Amino acid sequence: MKNIFASKWGIVISGIFIAIVAIALQINGNPPNMGICVACFERDIAGALGLHRVSTVQYVRPEIIGFILGAFLAALVAREFKPRGGSSPVVRFFLGVFSMIGALVFLGCPWRAFLRLAGGDFNAILGLCGLAVGIFVGVICLKNGYSLGRSNTMKGISGLVFPFTMGGIFVLSILKLSASSEHALFFSATGPGSMHANLWLSFGAGIAVGAIAQRSRFCTMGAFRDAMLVKDFHLMSGVLALLMTATILNIALGKFNLGFENQPIAHSNHFWNFAGMVLAGFAFTLAGGCPGRQLFLAGEGDGDAAVFVIGMIVGAGLAHNFATASSSAGVGAFGPLAVVVGLIFCGVVGIFMREKMSK
Amino acid sequence: MVKIDARGLSCPQPVVMVQNATNANIRELEVIVNTVVSKENVMRYLSKKGYHISIKEEGDDFIILAKR
Repeated sequence: MKNIFASKWGIVISGIFIAIVAIALQINGNPPNMGICVACFERDIAGALGLHRVSTVQYVRPEIIGFILGAFLAALVAREFKPRGGSSPVVRFFLGVFSMIGALVFLGCPWRAFLRLAGGDFNAILGLCGLAVGIFVGVICLKNGYSLGRSNTMKGISGLVFPFTMGGIFVLSILKLSASSEHALFFSATGPGSMHANLWLSFGAGIAVGAIAQRSRFCTMGAFRDAMLVKDFHLMSGVLALLMTATILNIALGKFNLGFENQPIAHSNHFWNFAGMVLAGFAFTLAGGCPGRQLFLAGEGDGDAAVFVIGMIVGAGLAHNFATASSSAGVGAFGPLAVVVGLIFCGVVGIFMREKMSK
Repeated sequence: MVKIDARGLSCPQPVVMVQNATNANIRELEVIVNTVVSKENVMRYLSKKGYHISIKEEGDDFIILAKR
């Protein structure tokens, strides 16, 4: 079966589609410049599960679960569902933790960085520059033989565990299951966590994006990496299509607000916006995919990607419990220190996890 | 003829291995991968570099033969 979404136009259509969905979700209730943000939404899920107790960012985001299940279904139909794993899972877990810590210093994953820029938020430029620098450092590691080792094919069930677990959390959220107001699941009454589109609209949008992105291999980190590593602009064309479409829609809807100040769910500490995303970009590159791509890979049975996602969710809990996450008020107390520790971790992994170069 | 076994390696390592071979001016390559994504990526890279490509499927593996 020919994969039309892997074509030159397929990736562009994916970018356009994701932008339309993101802006539509914003109109229908998702937070501003956050139609889709994988990092923020996983952080909200961490909050809903009680992994952190910041009452303003707790919600089981149906988009995230839709991404995984959409990719799962698309992979099944295309006969690409292939349970696999065992490529340095512990390292991948902590790459997930630190990528989330970096993303929450900036306040967004690469998808949201582009959506923020499309809304006129100039702070996103610092984040995207940081992302590019982090990916560049990762590419140097890749050129010098960096590898997390081979994965192995696994039994069918192992590829089902993650999609079914996330599906289970979604069911719990529909039932609003909670022993008391002191117990998980938690749902924000105020703040970004309380702002969301209709549950089924979010879930359906997630399924559609997950399916299309699984077919097109949409990846924001891969866009920069391939441009730097092999001068291939295939994935970049999809990302640019997303940015342009979202910008046009924001201007048309009067939601375009140019500048650094008074941007929604953002702060203007330029250095840490930049440095947070250096850490995130470095960690994504070492792990082989942006947060969105890791969800789609997890859906198609990649257990290593699932471990990375779990690392991100746990990382979100840690980021809020240890005050490393930023807020609109500015950078968290331990944000800078956590970024430095994360960069050291990624540096050690990037330098020492190398295979001998084959000539 | 150089053989590259990139099975089980995550993106973009298969392409990096192939790039090392093409940079060394290897004219004939056999690349084994075991995911469709790796197959697509390696094929896109090699065809851009002007290689003629043929594909064989063996079980779960894809064998990409490239010549220039």
